[in-house]
Amino acid sequence: MAQNVRAYAAAVGTTVRSIWHGMSVTLSHLLRRPVTVQYPDRTPLPVRDTLPARYRGFLEVDPAICTGCQACERACPINCIAITLEKDPANPKQRLVTQFDIDEAKCMYCGLCVEPCPTGSIQHTREFEASSADLRTLTFRWAEKPFPVYKVAKDATYYPRAPLGSILRPMLEARRWDARGPEFLPPEPPKVTPDAPPRAPGAAGAAAPSRAAAGKEHKP
Amino acid sequence: MNQPAALPGAPGAPTSPAARRRARAVLGLTLAVGVGLPGLLFGLIVALTPLRTVVPAGWSEGQVFLLHAVGLAVLAVVLVTFGAVVSGITVWWEMRVFARMSSRVGYNRVGAGGFLQWVADAVKLLLKEDLVPADADAVLFRAAPYFVIVGFALTFVVLPFGESLVAADLNVGVLYVLSVTALVVVGILIAGWSSNSKWSLFGGMRSAAQVISYEIPAGLAAMVPVLMAGTLSMQDMIRAQGAWPWEWNVFTNPFALVAFVVFFIAQLAEGNRTPFDLPEAESELVAGYLSEYSSFRFAIYFLVEFGNLWVMSAIAVTLFLGGWQVPFVGPEVYAAARGAPGSIPGAGWWGLQVLSMVVFVVKTLAVLNLIVWIRWTLPRIRVDQMMSLCWKYLVPFAFACFVGTLFWQLLVTAAPWAARATGYALTAGFLVTAFFFLRLTLRNVSAAGDRVDLTNW
Repeated sequence: MAQNVRAYAAAVGTTVRSIWHGMSVTLSHLLRRPVTVQYPDRTPLPVRDTLPARYRGFLEVDPAICTGCQACERACPINCIAITLEKDPANPKQRLVTQFDIDEAKCMYCGLCVEPCPTGSIQHTREFEASSADLRTLTFRWAEKPFPVYKVAKDATYYPRAPLGSILRPMLEARRWDARGPEFLPPEPPKVTPDAPPRAPGAAGAAAPSRAAAGKEHKP
Repeated sequence: MNQPAALPGAPGAPTSPAARRRARAVLGLTLAVGVGLPGLLFGLIVALTPLRTVVPAGWSEGQVFLLHAVGLAVLAVVLVTFGAVVSGITVWWEMRVFARMSSRVGYNRVGAGGFLQWVADAVKLLLKEDLVPADADAVLFRAAPYFVIVGFALTFVVLPFGESLVAADLNVGVLYVLSVTALVVVGILIAGWSSNSKWSLFGGMRSAAQVISYEIPAGLAAMVPVLMAGTLSMQDMIRAQGAWPWEWNVFTNPFALVAFVVFFIAQLAEGNRTPFDLPEAESELVAGYLSEYSSFRFAIYFLVEFGNLWVMSAIAVTLFLGGWQVPFVGPEVYAAARGAPGSIPGAGWWGLQVLSMVVFVVKTLAVLNLIVWIRWTLPRIRVDQMMSLCWKYLVPFAFACFVGTLFWQLLVTAAPWAARATGYALTAGFLVTAFFFLRLTLRNVSAAGDRVDLTNW
């Protein structure tokens, strides 16, 4: 509080000076370019291309070199991969992958499925933009059309993988943001065929119902 | 990693024809609303206001009365709509300017430049539930917004828009403005009390204390141009000033310059604008007196708060900054273009009206921008500081200006050249100050290692 004329005048002077400087600072910001990057409309590059090379985005499977070994399914700590293998009815020696679903909504992007893959078919891409109205949309079905498993040559050192992201990106772009996604969990039960071999124990889809059934039987 | 090079969704203009069509449609809609709506309202004000003085030949007295009654009702609707639209556009503009001042972009999703955001906000507010708290005084709670909107809308009766464009040129114009704006305080007090919430009550009490205190410096400072013009009528006060800056009240009298500053600060406080937005200090009081409001009633408080910017600016322009005076167009030019009284005036006269309106609107928008700029610069002050500013600084200064102007008018009557010389000197001083201010601003820009760049809107 101003106690004398000098302090009173000083208070007025300080007010005027501080407003003078403050107004100038805000005006200078008005005249400068905002630092905001206007994602996603006006980024200098698509953001996925500015990410580090080893960024773990959505998983991508190249069906052309998938051996159907189910190593990724077994490695997944949260069972977000579901694979079903069947015999090709036309060629009994050829096995087909009829279901290869990855629930990216559940996936924790740990990368444990990528490491055991013998051919590098399943890999992380740098894609991450797939917001949608339905969580189920994040279930990616890599065997929408059943594909034959890949036979690895004995001395193979190279696997002809499609460029990373080139399969996933068209899938993402073709998708409407409000599309209804497919159902992932519980996975579809395997088709009951009389000559189908018993499912491998790693296949969660087949194992879970049978365990439940067994539990019921044991109850008195 | 081998990513394909050509990627859709890259920056720049939309590439597909559909996207380009959509962008054009958005721009067209924005321009239609942004220019069309205010333009339509301005046009209606220009067309409707002077028609009240027209008496069609051969009409009976009753028919003329009916015509004028209908015209007045339409004009009232136009003016209140104008207030609402201006307040909406002000919200948008303020948010854009605020964003730039904090190095952001701000509204940019709804319409071109985010312009239609205020429409979207209003529609959203109207769709909300109209809540009345269980323990609130329901009648008063519901009634409070009416006081606020009435106090706001009534000021438009005497707000001038141009030479003949005023709903009613009352001979007590300034007193009328000062008294009807006080009605807003009544509404705020009622809102604070009836909400039955401690935040609302604190907000309402603070607002009442603040507005009643600041009425005194505002009234004293408003008396300075009244003394200079010798009238209380808003239009006559503008007519007493000239078109050029050195003929404005604010520059022809050094006391009026100080009075303008005092009046401006007091108006900020009366409009509950930062740095005097204590009644709705969100860090302490949530939203002050409107904490408990929702939906349409909340929208009305919001509308009044932002519409008040126009009212404050227009009053300041009227009292101190020359109003609608157009250079080289004196009262005799208007009279010559008007033609015979009682008839519909010629096209030249309408053109002059539009011209004077443009001058007034440009000045008002300049002051409005100053208010917005202050809001996003200065921090909120404390209650004791607010009171001490009013009673220890503004009231003495306003009173000194009041008394000084009395003596100044004696001097000007004896030596009319004094007003002219002061006008030139103060205008020159203002230009020099503006130069130094701009230089400081440009130095601030370059000190940050940046340059003046107005892109990225």
